[in-house]
Amino acid sequence: MDEIITGITQAFNLIVTLNPEVLHIAALSVYISLAATILAACISIPLGGLIHFREFRGKRTLKMIIQTLYSVPTVVVGLLIYLLLSRSGPLGFFGLLFTPEGMILGQMVLIIPITTGLVISALSGVDRNISDTLVSLGATEFQSIVQIVKEARLAILSAVILAFGRAISEVGVAMMIGGNIAGQTRVLTTAIALQTGMGDFGFSIALGIILLAIALVIVVAMNLITSGLSSEHQQVMGGPRS
Amino acid sequence: MTKNVHVGFIAAVFVLLFLVTCFAGCTTQTPTTPATTPVTTPAVAATTAASQSLLIATTTSLYDTKLLDYLQPIFEKKYNVQLKITSQGTGKAIELAQRGDADVLLVHSPSQELTFMKAGYGLNRRSFASNSFVIVGPANDPAGIKDMTPENAMTTLLLKGTNKTAGVFFVSRGDGSGTHSAEKTVWSKAGYNYTTQVQKSGNWYIEAGKGMGETLQMASEKGAYTLTDEGTYLAYKTNLNLVPIVSKGASLLNIYSVMTVYNDKQPADKIQMANNFVNFLIDPQTQKDIGTFGVDKYGKALFIPMSVEVPTATAGWVGDYSTPATAIAPAPAATTAPVTTAATAASTK
Repeated sequence: MDEIITGITQAFNLIVTLNPEVLHIAALSVYISLAATILAACISIPLGGLIHFREFRGKRTLKMIIQTLYSVPTVVVGLLIYLLLSRSGPLGFFGLLFTPEGMILGQMVLIIPITTGLVISALSGVDRNISDTLVSLGATEFQSIVQIVKEARLAILSAVILAFGRAISEVGVAMMIGGNIAGQTRVLTTAIALQTGMGDFGFSIALGIILLAIALVIVVAMNLITSGLSSEHQQVMGGPRS
Repeated sequence: MTKNVHVGFIAAVFVLLFLVTCFAGCTTQTPTTPATTPVTTPAVAATTAASQSLLIATTTSLYDTKLLDYLQPIFEKKYNVQLKITSQGTGKAIELAQRGDADVLLVHSPSQELTFMKAGYGLNRRSFASNSFVIVGPANDPAGIKDMTPENAMTTLLLKGTNKTAGVFFVSRGDGSGTHSAEKTVWSKAGYNYTTQVQKSGNWYIEAGKGMGETLQMASEKGAYTLTDEGTYLAYKTNLNLVPIVSKGASLLNIYSVMTVYNDKQPADKIQMANNFVNFLIDPQTQKDIGTFGVDKYGKALFIPMSVEVPTATAGWVGDYSTPATAIAPAPAATTAPVTTAATAASTK
């Protein structure tokens, strides 16, 4: 019990005094995971749209594969990307191993299935009549994808947030691709693993609190955006005005 | 209507705040076009990075005791280079080096090192320090192995453990690290086959699969015995309910060596810088620093540099510790060199 109390006190001190090491680790975590999430979203939204609108053989199987990959263990992705990025691997000449950029790539691979899969579900949730109407009005495939994505934006946004949560909280990719190098690739989760192993619980608790605080900021931001968007939506549909 | 504007505004502020935090992170972190355009830039990035940084794969004990944290700024200043240190178990560090992902290898498992050197993955193996492995355990010593030889102590632990004697447990690193490999050496010297007679012998034998610090904590929580390097034990001692039980015996010798990683893709300037690091560790001043490291905090040095004492060990285990590292490519007869120097080392002692 003592350890927990002293740990929390120490954590509080580290945060209040804006400890540069703690801040750097937190900033790097947000940078890597946010970049990975944005890039993954840029790939997943069009990709999910295409999979949703195109009819092709094996579509159901493909969706099942994507859903299976939701729960791919982070260490498996870490291992795969490590083998690709290793100097003796096929992508070794890029020199991305043990760099933040390599970690972004790894986290992207980790979350693309989640964003793609949830974008497909989000699009499936849009009223069928809307797409039928669009097609009957002579919209091209591209135009109808854009329209339907707009309709489903709330669900897509929450998919992206969920993906960010997975990216910032994972350890496997960060440890195997990043190597937990101090000041270079040490992020919140790997630092917690290291410091706990070294018996420095205060530092670990401080980082844990920061990790939760980041999650809170995101959830609040998302809720505000969502409520903003949905009230705007109501107006368009002729709903009640405030 | 106003309410919506209000909500939208707060949302926008939040997003902006968030982005600002991120970019604050980026500026310190050189945001070199992440992943979006890796096709055009990386060749340049790789070569510039090559002259500025050196990747060291190290065993956890040198890192967790903060010895490398202490030496890092001295080396970085001397050679104007950035050290990137990744701390892994010896097994994993060797694996990284074999794949060419590290520039310097810093480990403590002589038999694995000699295999590594023989296969041509490394150059300039130099031993720079040693200390002792220790069998630590609960103060009341439920197995009664105090001051036995390591082989007898482990045999007693195995017999009492499989007999389900109360309180007799052993936590093994179980991760292919240097300490794990030392433990296996003791088992084989005691006449046991590790995989068939020890590993599956019952609940008394716990394979942690973790680093030394975590393994010590686990042993402390469970009131179990474990084998540890002395440095990590001393550094963690205050948090542990463990005392040294067996600390003498030839098979408890722990030798730390450094080597330059070699492969045909490795640029020459990187090999040169890695050699600088090898030479830095055997340099008289650094040896002195290693010899005093930890004295103020723990009352005794965590590592004994080669300049103070060269331990007697199996031929070849203690590598050369004085000749400057110069080789930049494997010499045809390179494999025999460390053995002869070690033999002379042993005879001079």
